[in-house]
This record gives sequence, C-alpha cells and structure tokens, in this order.
Amino acid sequence: MNMDMFYFIMQSTMFFMIPLMIVALGGLFSEKSGIVNIALEGKMIMGAFTGIIFITTFQDLLPGQPILLLGILVAMVTGIVVAFFHAYASISLQANQIISGVAINMFAPAFAIYLSRFIFDTQHIQFANQFRIESVPLLGSIPFIGPLFFQNTYITNYMGFVILGIAAFVLYKTKFGLRLRACGEHPQAADSVGVSVVKIRYSGVLISGALAGIGGLIWVIPITTRFSGTVSGYGFLALAVLIFGGWRPGKVLFAAFFFGLMQAIAASYSAIDFLRNLEIPVHFYRMSPYVATLIVLAFTSKNTMAPKALGQTYDKGGR
Amino acid sequence: MNRSGVLNFLSSILVVIVGLLIGFIILLISDSGQALPAFATILTFGASSMRNAGDVLLFATPIILTGLSVAFAFRTGLFNIGASGQFTFGGFVAIFIGVEFLFLPPPIRILASIIAAALAGALWGAIPGLLKAYRNVHEVISCIMTNYIGMFFVNFLIINHLFDQGRGTSTRMPSDSNLPTMGLEHIFRDNIRASHVNSGIIITILIVILVYIILEKTTFGYELKACGFNKEAAKYAGINENRNIIFSMMISGALAGTAGALNFMNGTGLSMSIVDALAMEGFTGISVAFLGLNHPIGIIFSGILVSYLYLGGARMQLFGFSIEIVEIVISIIIYFCAFVFLVKSFLGNAIKNFGKKDEKSKKQDVSKGGTAV
Repeated sequence: MNMDMFYFIMQSTMFFMIPLMIVALGGLFSEKSGIVNIALEGKMIMGAFTGIIFITTFQDLLPGQPILLLGILVAMVTGIVVAFFHAYASISLQANQIISGVAINMFAPAFAIYLSRFIFDTQHIQFANQFRIESVPLLGSIPFIGPLFFQNTYITNYMGFVILGIAAFVLYKTKFGLRLRACGEHPQAADSVGVSVVKIRYSGVLISGALAGIGGLIWVIPITTRFSGTVSGYGFLALAVLIFGGWRPGKVLFAAFFFGLMQAIAASYSAIDFLRNLEIPVHFYRMSPYVATLIVLAFTSKNTMAPKALGQTYDKGGR
Repeated sequence: MNRSGVLNFLSSILVVIVGLLIGFIILLISDSGQALPAFATILTFGASSMRNAGDVLLFATPIILTGLSVAFAFRTGLFNIGASGQFTFGGFVAIFIGVEFLFLPPPIRILASIIAAALAGALWGAIPGLLKAYRNVHEVISCIMTNYIGMFFVNFLIINHLFDQGRGTSTRMPSDSNLPTMGLEHIFRDNIRASHVNSGIIITILIVILVYIILEKTTFGYELKACGFNKEAAKYAGINENRNIIFSMMISGALAGTAGALNFMNGTGLSMSIVDALAMEGFTGISVAFLGLNHPIGIIFSGILVSYLYLGGARMQLFGFSIEIVEIVISIIIYFCAFVFLVKSFLGNAIKNFGKKDEKSKKQDVSKGGTAV
C-alpha cells in the first residue's frame, strides 16, 4: 500500500468518524443525565434536512464556509426542537423513554421525505459542495501530518475535535457536568441536595439534540451532494460508538475512529492490493465493524460503565 | 373485560384519533383542495371491498408477528430492536428451503420452511440473549449489531447461493412453496380479482393466542415476566434469570423469523433484494407493539390498523400526496402513546364523575385533587 492510499483512507476515515463522534457525544449528554437516547437517528435526519435546505436555498448568495457554519447553526436549532419533544415525553410525562425515541425515528425520515416531495417535487435535495478544503494554508504542506490532517478536509473535522474538548471539559470540570452525571447515577441524591433533576435532564436531552442535529448535517456533506431523507443508520451506529466507548469522551473518540476506519476500508478495500488479493467478499468488510463491536463488548461489558439510573423515570416520591 | 382494559382500549382509540387529526391538518396545509378526499381514502380504502380487506390482513401478517416479537421481549424486560435482522434471516431460510428442497412434498416443504425460519430467527435472537445473560452486553446495542450483520450476511448468502442474475434478487420460489390460501380467496375478492391473503394470517392468529397463553397462563410465562418486572426479586424467588433472558430473546427471535417466512411465502412473488437497508418490518413491529400496548390481543388490532393505514396511504399519490403521510400519522400516534397515562387518568375521572352525577361535592374533589384511577 502506498502512502497516497494511506492518506486517502485516513482522510475518508475522518468523514465517517467525525459525525459519529459528535452524535455519540450528544448521546453521552443525554444518557449521562439518565435519559436513553434511541432517537439520535431521527434527530440527525431532521438536522441534516433543515441544514441542507438552508444551504441549498442560500448558497448562491453567500460563499462556501460561512454558509456551512450557518447551516450547522440551523441543524443545531432543529435538533434542539426535535429533542424537546423527546424530553417532554420522557421527563415531564415520565413516559417510557424508548417510545418517544421510536416515534421520532419514524417521524423524521417520513417528514423529511414528505416535505421535500412537497417543496422540491422529489425526495432528493441537491446541493453544491463548496466546502471541501484542498489543503489548509501552511499546515497542509507539513510532511506526513499535512496530508494526514490538513488536506482534502472540511472545517467540520476540526469542529468535531473542538466539540470533543468542550464536552469533556463540561462533563468533568464544571458544576453543571457534575450535576448532570449525578442525575444519571442517583437522581434522588441529586434532588436531595437541591439540584433540579428535571432541569438538568432537559438540558442533557436538548444538548444531545443540538449535537445530533449538527452531526446529521456533517455526515451528509462530505459523502454526497444529494440528501434523500436518510443518514443510513448512523444514528444507531453512534449509539453503538457511545456504548462501545463506555460513556467516556476519550474512549468515544477511539470507538468513533475504529468505526470510521472500518467503514473507510470497506468503502475502498478494492483499491488496496493486499486486501483485494485476500479475495474476501465485500460483505464481510462491511460486516466487520459490527462483528468487532460485538466481540469487544463481550469482553469489556462485564463491568459496565452505564449510568446507573439510565432509563429510569424520575419520580420525586421514590426518594 | 375489566375496567382497566376498557380504559386502555378507549385511550388507544383516542390517541389514534388525535394522530389522524394531526395528519389531516398536515394534508390541509399541504393542499387544502385535495385533503378531504385523500383523508377519506386513508380512512375507507382498506374496507372499500372484500379484496382490499384481504390485502389489509395480508400486509398485517408479518407486522403482527414482528410486533408480537417486540412485545414479548418487552414484557420480559428486554428491548428487541433486532427483529429486523431476525426477520431477514428467517425470510432467507424460508426462501432457501422453498427453492432448494423440492424433493419434499409441498405441505412438508412449507412446514419445514416455517419451522426453519423460526429456528433461524431464534438463533439470531439468541446472540443478544447470550451476550446479555453471560457478558452483560446491553441487548439494544447487540441487536443493532446483529441487524446489520444479518443484513450483510444474508446479502452475501443470496449472491452466492440463491441469486437470480436476471432480476438481481433472490431466486423466485415455485408457487407450491407458498402458503396455501385455504379458500380465503373466495371470501376476500372483488368482481375482478382476489386478494392474496392466505393461511399466514390464520397461523399468525394462532401464534398470538399461543403467546398469550404462555405469557398469561403458564408458570414459565410468569417467570419471564417476573424477570422483566423486577430482576432482583425474581432472582431472590429462585428464578434463573440468565436462562430466562436467553429463552425470551430466542422466542422473540423465533416470532420475528416466522414473520419473515410468512412474509416471503405469501404468494405475491416477493423476493429478497440486495439492498443496504434494514428490513422495515422489524421497526414497524416496534410501532405495532407499542400501539397494541404490548398485549398480544391488542397487537392483532394494532397490526391490522397499521396495515389498513398503509394500504390507504399507498393511494395518496392519486391526490398528489406521498405515502410518507401515513408514517407521519403513525409516528404521531406512537408519540401520543406516551400520553396514554394522562389520557387514562382523564378518562378514568370522566367515567367516575359520570357515575356520580348527584354527588356534586365529590366531583369537585376529584377535579381538584387529581387522584385518578
């Protein structure tokens, strides 16, 4: 395998990895507060949908990167709005947290396709990709590091790492983070010292919506110029990344990298001589991230790091 | 039916009506001129002829079973989001036997297809079950994994063992590998054609009754439910929770696998395509299960309702709407299932008040105190 191929695979790994990581971090905020978030997929779709509509509408008026940033803002707000419905049902109404998640996952693609058929007469929304950065000035010309991280890239790649840093800081170094984790471990105890479990859980779910919305848009942009109301199950994969990563930001980064790498290899293995010569059917490459996850989980889940009160509705009377 | 059953039923109906109304509003906003006839079509098409009614039952068959699969696991404290993979695997095995085992006489071949599909589904469900029981792996995550593994694995198997080059799908089964219609085509028909509805719906209803009996009337079912209700207490009572988790997932998987068999053996010439998309029936099953309040009998009704809405929704294009409106309506209905408790207490109060018209003072107490049901 030559170096160009290696760089190419690492660059495409980024395209899969960054959205997975951002969305998984979103799931982290919700689950750390005690709310199961099976709705990541739906939130991603809605975020991608409104973000792409915004970009395709205004891209003639504004240049590349600013419109992308504004699109991300739109996706974020959409994610928050969708997450609100999830939060209302599972926190305020104390309903089963999976029900509203299932509803959102079903609603999002149907709504996106329905609306784009209605607006554009087709379920595929085209947009122009003016966001790719061939090479970052200066940094892109550094040997090895340049092609690895600063060529054929997107501004969103770096945003992903910034979000990772902020998420880890907020969760482990702030009062809010401590309270959030307390609500997921032992909400009664948190309540007894005056923390509003309802408010904290709302914040957790809304943050998860924001990140999932962003992640949805970021997933679409590098890999296609046509959004068709789907994110191909990446919301579920992000959930897998979250659990694989043991509900910890650092390990989530590693898990997302692993998943991204496997996806990148499956997408381009035929161009790598040594892998092509093995004559393994493509299906097995595509299966490999999932099989590997199962195996790793089988060996690491005995001492699970899942928040203790995950999935439990909070009832003050149960203190 | 006891009072709580009546309340459940009434609140489900109310939730469905609310969902439909919101759907109607969306249609009105999209195109007010066509909204009314389109909405009327959704409401009436499934019952507009005996043939359509037959089709409702035909399409309800697999989703009742996947719904039952999800509900069975749910009642025992597990969330089987893996019905999709189990469905696909079961469907593949059924088709494989239907195509390859032509040396068997048709009745035995059909029976073999169904049983093998159930076993395949059980095997696929056993993986998350075993991982949960012995390795503490959360079943939601392993089910997501087995869904994708099942999909890619079945794609691989089809291409290598069951591929029809011309159509790019799995080989079509000979017609005598399909489920017998048992005379249903004489009932469910209009003047031109008969529905393809077949013995699958009868088998399904029998399975639903069997599952109901297992869950509600046997010690085994009681133990399974006890594990779901309170794992620690069940353990304390001497119930082997690991064994029960595995059995639950296997039974749940077997139900989804059977759904796959009955779906692809329905006589409409369905075959499996090589697509990178999970089978929708598994996810529709989650909706059907919640809509049926995870009760076997409720699931027959919710499965038929969902199928009915889909069949009507498929006609939406005539009015310039897309079928997705049906999915929007169903998702809204599911969302409002979260409100069922509220609705129940509201209805409970209303019924209570209705019975005590003369005692005005008490009525005020109830509306103030809100101690419902």
